[in-house]
Amino acid sequence: MEKEKAAIDRSKPVIEIKDLEKSFGDYDVLKGINLEVYQGENVVVLGRSGTGKSVLIKIISGLLTPDIGTVRVLGQDVNSLDTKELEQLRLRIGFSFQNSALYDSMTVRGNLEFPLVRNQRNLTREEINKQVESVLDAVGLLQTINQMPSELSGGQRKRIGIARTLILNPEIMLYDEPTAGLDPITCLEINHLINEVQQRYKTSSIIITHDLTCAKSTGDRVAMLLDGKFMRTGTFNEVFNTDDERVKTFYNYNFIQ
Amino acid sequence: MKLDNSTTLEQEQEAVKPKFLQRVSVFFEDIYSVYRFILRFFKEAFLPPYEFKEFIRQCYEVGYRSFPLITLTGFITGIVFTKQSRPSLAEFGATSWLPSLVSIAIFRALAPLVTALIGAGKIGSSIGAELASMKVTEQIDAMEVSATKPFKYLVCMRVLATTVSIPILVMYTAFVAMLGAYLNVSQNEGTSISAFFQDAFEPISFLDINTSLIKSIVFGFTIGMVGCYQGFNSDKGTEGVGKSANSAVVLGMFLVFVEEIVIVQISGFFRV
Repeated sequence: MEKEKAAIDRSKPVIEIKDLEKSFGDYDVLKGINLEVYQGENVVVLGRSGTGKSVLIKIISGLLTPDIGTVRVLGQDVNSLDTKELEQLRLRIGFSFQNSALYDSMTVRGNLEFPLVRNQRNLTREEINKQVESVLDAVGLLQTINQMPSELSGGQRKRIGIARTLILNPEIMLYDEPTAGLDPITCLEINHLINEVQQRYKTSSIIITHDLTCAKSTGDRVAMLLDGKFMRTGTFNEVFNTDDERVKTFYNYNFIQ
Repeated sequence: MKLDNSTTLEQEQEAVKPKFLQRVSVFFEDIYSVYRFILRFFKEAFLPPYEFKEFIRQCYEVGYRSFPLITLTGFITGIVFTKQSRPSLAEFGATSWLPSLVSIAIFRALAPLVTALIGAGKIGSSIGAELASMKVTEQIDAMEVSATKPFKYLVCMRVLATTVSIPILVMYTAFVAMLGAYLNVSQNEGTSISAFFQDAFEPISFLDINTSLIKSIVFGFTIGMVGCYQGFNSDKGTEGVGKSANSAVVLGMFLVFVEEIVIVQISGFFRV
């Protein structure tokens, strides 16, 4: 299933990464990453496990600091921001975690209210309820509002995780393995949701995955991370139209050829 | 590291040196990291926005939920201490001194220490494990990226709750321990409740109560801080959760004893 063409403004980069390097001890994870994500664009980062895909989006959101290189998000250099400026920037970035990272001591409502009431302190109870219900409706899980995270399925948890980030109306979405550990039908639903979020909330996104169906159906552009660098970037077909054995293995395993 | 037979003692020492230096450097890094953690607490705890609701919830979890355990242990401590002290006093025909002996022991040492040790075990481990599992499942990162100040919400409120709750629990422990002591004394000596408490409170000074209170505030702060530090800086994986809970208890108890001896020494200077 190929993705419909999105309205991308190539004159406005929202994420600019230049010569990014990151190591942990003696292990060099990222060895010179360059990437630009434009307004309204979904970029999929593909790669094997442990190649630093999640590290990349953690650097973009300021959870990790790079060793070398610059990361500019919405025109601001992430590493030169003070705590307050970084918090302000983070309000414009949504981060969907691999394991959803729902607060397990709170209900779904509590999870959604948590970032909202702490960042928009003058909201009335009615306004809070309205916004919570609106994002739950957007992910199709209004009926789970009073459930605890432990009572939800894997797919529902992913959706609630995405809803929790949407409640702050982010301009950029970072998805960490959105379809990992889900059955094929739920994967398709999540892919559909990612595209719907892009259309409805006008977000630009980076989607970290090694699921090629997800990459094909959500990505406007695909970047293949191998040995700490983007080996190939382009549309899905451009990236996989190659004789490189590693890329071919990646493709063949996913599409069972 | 394997050393062959020809290795001299000097060579052996040389080989051990880097490992030793590494350990020393890690130790000082840890101290610095604890110092920064404490400093961050004082920077963030008293500045708005305030998390009153979470503070009350933590007081309930830390304080109110500890009452049954504290009641039982405090009561038993009172009975056992009185029972064990009787034979020594009976040798001199001084069993009438039991109320004052027991009350001094309970107010000055037993109540704060017993409560803090139970607190380190029950409260410290639960804080350490809870925060560590939140760290492992990226819940703390999720709070961080949604700009919701997880340090204030998770650490400051827990540390403030233990700092407020432990002194209250200490006073309560002292009360139930005295009741236990009274039960034992009245059963054996037939002392009335008014006579018992009159004798018990006579030797207790303002300094005793004050020292006990200050001690319990310090203990409460320590238990909360150690639990939070271990949880917040947990290693990844389920092993990290176990380690954090374990070190929160072990380190918490160790520090409680160290603080006990330091405060006892300092309060000794004020006694005539």
